[in-house]
Amino acid sequence: MSLIAVVDYGMGNLRSVSKALEHVASSDQKVIVTSDPADIAAADHVVFPGQGAARDCMLELKQRGLIEPVLKAAREKPFFGICMGMQVLLSHSKENNGVDCMGLYKGEVRFFGTAFAENKIDQKSELLKIPHMGWNQVHQTQSHPMWDGVEQDRRFYFVHSYYVAPEDKSIAAGVTDFGINFVSAIARDNVFATQFHPEKSAADGLQLLENFTRWNGKIN
Amino acid sequence: MSLAKRIIPCLDVRDGRVVKGVKFVDIRDAGDPVEVARRYDQEGADEITFLDITASSDDRETIVHVVERVANEVFIPLTVGGGIRSVADVQRMLNAGADKVAINTAAVFNPEFVKEASDRVGSQCIVVAIDAKKVSAEGEPDRWEIFTHGGRKETGLDAVEWAKKMADYGAGEILVTSMDRDGTKIGFDLELTSAIAEAVPVPVIASGGVGNLDHLADGILKGKADAVLAASIFHFAEHTVGEAKQKMAEHGIEVRL
Repeated sequence: MSLIAVVDYGMGNLRSVSKALEHVASSDQKVIVTSDPADIAAADHVVFPGQGAARDCMLELKQRGLIEPVLKAAREKPFFGICMGMQVLLSHSKENNGVDCMGLYKGEVRFFGTAFAENKIDQKSELLKIPHMGWNQVHQTQSHPMWDGVEQDRRFYFVHSYYVAPEDKSIAAGVTDFGINFVSAIARDNVFATQFHPEKSAADGLQLLENFTRWNGKIN
Repeated sequence: MSLAKRIIPCLDVRDGRVVKGVKFVDIRDAGDPVEVARRYDQEGADEITFLDITASSDDRETIVHVVERVANEVFIPLTVGGGIRSVADVQRMLNAGADKVAINTAAVFNPEFVKEASDRVGSQCIVVAIDAKKVSAEGEPDRWEIFTHGGRKETGLDAVEWAKKMADYGAGEILVTSMDRDGTKIGFDLELTSAIAEAVPVPVIASGGVGNLDHLADGILKGKADAVLAASIFHFAEHTVGEAKQKMAEHGIEVRL
């Protein structure tokens, strides 16, 4: 029996993620929702979701002693970060007046409103509402086993007000336009992460999750 | 390439069944919520909203089970409204598999509840639903007020100001229903919708009055809404969600096809 661990650190409801994974997992795979470092260490695949504010996420991760176990998994095995589970992989978030994050990738997490102001984008006349909520296109910027069966520029479900700006642009696996062009998926070695919610993105989202359950963590 | 406008079928659920009141009297049975939700998902619905119209609060558990059953097999965003009065109610719905909850009357009686709920679960999970009626006379500048209890009780609250306040209090989205139009099939109140869409920084969903597919496009193009919600035109196979999207695309609106 192969194990898929969904990391539970008290940030948001993980029912949808685990149900969607169960929907696509093969019969010899078991999906568990867990906050136990031992489960994360034992798992073959690790899914790191999350929603809510950056400060609360980091606080919960620290209090539960999950920072090191999660980082270790992100260095060693197929690892899928979703939404806040992608954002906190960076070094720093501008949310909540600034929060240091896990630092797996150099870069920061920024507020759309700030980006619009800096780029002189008139949010009001363009009717760019924050949060960025709904179905937007993801332009795949590298070929990757996780994109198998997902056509170019398909739409996925987003709901967020902050976006990742990694220093190393080569880790981008997908980009999306919302006033600005931002990184909506990243990939590096055994890690894949998305700003959007595959568990809420109908058939394409399920395809991505299925690809993950089949992925050995290698790019070729 | 940009964000698609959303089409959201709404299911009125009573005692665990989908129903649709025609002029608030004749409640026609429109099926099992899981079956209906699955069909809408297959047709390309961008989200699904459940409005619990169960009369007795003793039967609240029924809607929780409906949400659980739908969330087990339909993988698009789900919103639940109707009788949400406490943070515990909000959390119960989210735990059952809802992505958002719609708060209506309880926000009017206790605006702090919206703050509390959004602080606890995040703005992205909180939709504030407002039921508005035009109160200005012919020739006067447009003015709408909030009504509760299915449009029967006035509150004296200005609808546009109320929407702004709710966004300030942490609503991640505003669902605007025109009580003048609800059930009429003559189209959204586009002035009301655009007045609110232009006033708030969060997405707005237009609701109330859809009778044909062009009305949906009007809600986006003239009402400036980010999403359109409709119930009856989808329920009795008058139109599919797919047809609605085709129609919106013909009007040059970006949709998920």
